[in-house]
Amino acid sequence: MQIQGRAWVLGDNIDTDLIVPGQYLMASLEEQARHVFEAIEPSFMAEVKPGDVIVGGKNFGCGSSREMAPAVLKHLGIGCILAEDFARIFFRNAIAIGLPTLSVKGLGGRIRRFDELSVSLDDGLISIIPSGERFHATPLPEKMREIIDAGGIDGILKTIGKK
Amino acid sequence: MGQTMTEKLFSAKAGKTVKAGEYVVLPVDRAMCHEGFLLSCAKLITSGITKVWDPEKVVVIMDHYVPSPNVNMAEGHAKIRKMVKQCGITHYYGEREGICHQVMVEKGLVKPGDLVVGTDSHTCTYGGLAAAAAGIGTSEMAYVLATGELWFQVPHSVRVNLKGSLPDRVTSKDVSLALAGRFGAEFGQYRAIEYTGELLKDLSMDSRLVLSNMSVEFGAKFGLFPVDDVTRGFLRSIGTECPEAFASDGDAGFLNEYEIDASDLEPMAALPHTVDNVKPVREIAGERIDQALLGSCTNGRIEDLRAASEILKGRQVSPSVRMYVYPASRNTFRRAMDEGIIQILSEAGAIICPPSCGPCFGSQGGLLASGETCISSTNRNFKGRMGSSDARVYLASPATVAMSAIHGRITDPREEV
Ligand code: SF4
Repeated sequence: MQIQGRAWVLGDNIDTDLIVPGQYLMASLEEQARHVFEAIEPSFMAEVKPGDVIVGGKNFGCGSSREMAPAVLKHLGIGCILAEDFARIFFRNAIAIGLPTLSVKGLGGRIRRFDELSVSLDDGLISIIPSGERFHATPLPEKMREIIDAGGIDGILKTIGKK
Repeated sequence: MGQTMTEKLFSAKAGKTVKAGEYVVLPVDRAMCHEGFLLSCAKLITSGITKVWDPEKVVVIMDHYVPSPNVNMAEGHAKIRKMVKQCGITHYYGEREGICHQVMVEKGLVKPGDLVVGTDSHTCTYGGLAAAAAGIGTSEMAYVLATGELWFQVPHSVRVNLKGSLPDRVTSKDVSLALAGRFGAEFGQYRAIEYTGELLKDLSMDSRLVLSNMSVEFGAKFGLFPVDDVTRGFLRSIGTECPEAFASDGDAGFLNEYEIDASDLEPMAALPHTVDNVKPVREIAGERIDQALLGSCTNGRIEDLRAASEILKGRQVSPSVRMYVYPASRNTFRRAMDEGIIQILSEAGAIICPPSCGPCFGSQGGLLASGETCISSTNRNFKGRMGSSDARVYLASPATVAMSAIHGRITDPREEV
């Protein structure tokens, strides 16, 4: 699977409250989506396009276990998230809902805002289209590939439900 | 080479020796759900699954939106009640008992050696009771409710050696903030933190739960304490049986070791907007505050209310400050009444609120306006978490919260009033 889109470059420690502030947790996904990154990147909501890639730093998705955080990003059509590393629960949740997340060691500073990126989920190859620079993400563990291939936990549950 | 506590625990569950780094699928001993149950259960229903794997092993507690702040949530709670009935869940506590993590611990729903998952990131709190307990999302919880199992990577462990003893008015919250400040918000990323050292014998169960609770703020999957006399004493006090001692082997393989000498510590605070932006309270003293919050699964236990009441006894919360007190549970509330703590806090001008999460994560009950500042005994100070994204939250111990409430400014709790 190949993803192509513009990079939104965010810093280290992007927490789940920045993605979906607690006060909107019980609102609809549409309403939650209106507030994504509003505290740090106010233009994000107006300008985000399907296929865009989020580039974080260290500890992306730290904070609460709210699944709305990856869910709202998937809802906005984010193609994948690249980061130095991810907070554990965010990483599990993103895979569980079928949003690809790839850790890239030494990512810091390599990608600039709105660089056009191409990301291959199969081998983890990332290319910055304007400069032609390429590097590799850490491949996803087997267990996680299985979940994504099954269409996330929803897909797995549907199979169980049919039995 | 010996085993870490984490490896021992996972090996016991797997029925064979497993090592850090291995992937395993394991049955869980408990599945704890707060209002997230609504989303998990809805997933089961849409998938055509009509039963949970074992109604005895599921716990449902409502706390995040209690009392329900709007009609939408009231409807949500009503649906949860219906689903709980349909699934035949026995350990259902409704809105009545308090914050899920405190209720789990008090009601003896977790015991040492258990593998527990919960729909909340602070599920790691039960590590204070030597349980491997971790937060998961609502989709994964739906899978657990259906099957009773989940995949795990056996985490590598890091050891946190706590030396020395705590000076007066320095608490385990200050230790946790000092750890965050010194080693950063991700020194425990994907790891099991195993606490050890001479300080442990001085840390009550209440104090230990603060550190295991805060472990997720260092990125950790678990925040484990060994089973010792303090653990046994606590379990006895709630009428649960006391297991054998349980700790890491002396030659176990730790990825890293961190050390802190508690004797050198002073009251600490995390400054806006990250938990590892830490300074001694002394250095930020004088900062004006609008709100003081005492509560949460981190610091809303009886020991915390007691510490605040010792400072507030016979004094007044500054007229420019609103102080909210959210006891962590109904049991905590009752004990605080028995000890006269509620009376002291109320007479000091604090507003006593129902046992629940309160404004900790910004749902209700004391949110901040733009430009406002709060000193809080909770665990996260992220931008926008407690209301306006232009508000500022400082994290500190209950003693620092209480002393600051009196002065209307951040104040070192060791200062004489
Ligand atoms: S008290 Fe705060 S941190 Fe604890 S469970 Fe409730 S919202 Fe989460």
